[in-house]
Amino acid sequence: MGTLHVAAAAALTTLVFAGATTAANAEVKIGAVLSATGPASFLGDPEKKTLEMYVADINAKGGINGQQIKLFVYDDGGDPNQARTFGTRLIEEDKVDALLAGSTTATTMAIIPLAEEAKTPLINFAGAVQAVYPVKPWNFKTPHTDLMACEKIFEDLKKRNLTKIAMISGTDAFGKSMHDQCKTVTTKYGIDVLHEETYGPRDSDMTPQLTNIKGKAGVQAVVNPGFGQGPAIVTRNYRQLGITVPLYESHGVGSKQYIDLAGAAAEGVRLPAAALLVAEKLPDNDPQKKVVVDYKKTYEAKTGQPVSTFGGHMYDGLMILVDAMKRAGSADKAKVRNEIEKTRGFMGTGGVVNMSPTDHLGLDLSAFRMLEIKNGDWTLVQ
Amino acid sequence: MVAALQTRAGVMLLAVIILLLPLVLPSPFYFRIATLVFIFALAVLGLNLLMGFAGQVSLGHAGFFGIGAYAVAVGPTHWGIPSWAALILGAVAAGLLAFLVGRPILRLRGHYLAVATLGMGLLIAMVLTNEAQLTGGPDGMPVPRLDLFGWRVRGAMPWYWVSGVTLAIAAWLAANLLDSPTGRALRAIHDSETAASVLGIDLARYKLTAFVLSAVYGAIAGAYLALFDGLVTPATAGFLRSIEFVSMAVLGGLGSILGSVVGATLLVVLPQALTVFHDYEHIVLGLIMIVFMVFLRAGIVPSLAALAVRRKP
Repeated sequence: MGTLHVAAAAALTTLVFAGATTAANAEVKIGAVLSATGPASFLGDPEKKTLEMYVADINAKGGINGQQIKLFVYDDGGDPNQARTFGTRLIEEDKVDALLAGSTTATTMAIIPLAEEAKTPLINFAGAVQAVYPVKPWNFKTPHTDLMACEKIFEDLKKRNLTKIAMISGTDAFGKSMHDQCKTVTTKYGIDVLHEETYGPRDSDMTPQLTNIKGKAGVQAVVNPGFGQGPAIVTRNYRQLGITVPLYESHGVGSKQYIDLAGAAAEGVRLPAAALLVAEKLPDNDPQKKVVVDYKKTYEAKTGQPVSTFGGHMYDGLMILVDAMKRAGSADKAKVRNEIEKTRGFMGTGGVVNMSPTDHLGLDLSAFRMLEIKNGDWTLVQ
Repeated sequence: MVAALQTRAGVMLLAVIILLLPLVLPSPFYFRIATLVFIFALAVLGLNLLMGFAGQVSLGHAGFFGIGAYAVAVGPTHWGIPSWAALILGAVAAGLLAFLVGRPILRLRGHYLAVATLGMGLLIAMVLTNEAQLTGGPDGMPVPRLDLFGWRVRGAMPWYWVSGVTLAIAAWLAANLLDSPTGRALRAIHDSETAASVLGIDLARYKLTAFVLSAVYGAIAGAYLALFDGLVTPATAGFLRSIEFVSMAVLGGLGSILGSVVGATLLVVLPQALTVFHDYEHIVLGLIMIVFMVFLRAGIVPSLAALAVRRKP
């Protein structure tokens, strides 16, 4: 009860002070709608922490163009309807200059039309391709797409001359979307998908599906688009059945938890992942090393939690926005939008960003590193 | 008779509020909130007919809500059905499903319907998630705008009126129903099933009527939300939404038409009002609900009404 009272009092005081400062001098208002609680909190929570941390830092250093940032953060709990309500509130009530919003694809799709209608720049953090293609004037995105992860895997397969593959994918949003995206680029990379299997997000045994794959003649590698515990079970079953062809996981398993869950079975598994995951292992001459190591250290020191790529997407989004506002010399919505579109050579945690009027994502395949698990740890595939 | 008069007065009050509210709402954001309140109140009103009068709980009400929502998404997109026709089809489909589920189960005594609807709601959400080629899968799908006789209904203001007028009509229908022989039968069932059956009331039939009606109300509300947001996801039909509906009904007051609206208002407005508490908003929301349930045990509207009656000399 005590903390609650303190919190309430603190909240009220902040409100009063916030009111006072608004009257005193102009501010840059940035609004965020994130899924900080609920089923997608693994995305929204690190995003929120990163955002609050770096905004405080920027304000301490004097803000943007001499103006302090006033931040509005709302939690949609992963509900697209709630996301749209908070998005409306940010635009209509808080009158923000820019939006950093949308942790999931569903919440993002609910917010994009609002930003387009109100002509407010929006940078979103959704995974799927439809969150940025077709390109809409006011909408930008920082996380790499599942299509890129797939292309990275196919590129590696082609390099190793393994072109006949089988796929086993999760039926959740992540697995489904990535599976569909993979299928769109098979001909581009000359990949033959000989066999396909699926599993539910809460299945505890994938032996039957994998037995089917094992019985299929000519399969040279297996690709597993999936997220959460599913891929770890796939990996264990894979070794139990004694399947020897290479196994590729997706960027959805890019956390230490996967290695812990899969144990020794994870040896030799390859996956595409953001550089953040192997920050310290990057060679010193890697241009991305400084930014990812800095972000990792800052985040882990401030929050006491291991860094995740999702928080990194927010770092990239905030910095792209702040840079654009500095170049624009004001928070004018149209000017800022134009400047975001002109972002070139921005080095973020997700890779080098080169935006253009036809590309509001701006990442290429170098954003992903191909990793292999050796001795229970990530190693870079050269 | 007094109860009926009170109900009528409640509906009149609701109509007046819907008419006058736009005079004080300052921006489209507030119109959006009001519209959401009306849409959720419509679904809760239906559920309240079932819970408050037939004494049955539906734990899968968001399933009907989802059927309505996906009807206006899938119908126009894949089969070229106009949105208004898809809305009606969705409502009919939800009613039929309720009939099929309710007919065998409502012959039993006790809370079997709660268990059956719980399963039904989960199944509907599962189908919506897995039939991706039709429903867009876990990420949902866009919903084409509603065209009514050449008038494109979009934005918060038109939807305020569409949902507000629908809610007023729905409340009026519910009030009339409660004043009819069916309504008296339902209230008798609520008071004592044994006494009601001794009086010759066909328990199963009347419970089924209430259940089908509540499903239709739910489906229409779902369709409105989908058309208003321009987007549907399987979360629309999720278990959490079902629980939200039940909470709204219980908080506002079982068996009270105005209570349904008050319950929906509280649970739509509070999350917006409590954002000042930042990370503590969920704790505060929970506390407020507990306080209401402890001190206004019969729900907000019935408890306050009883209090007002007792105060009178």
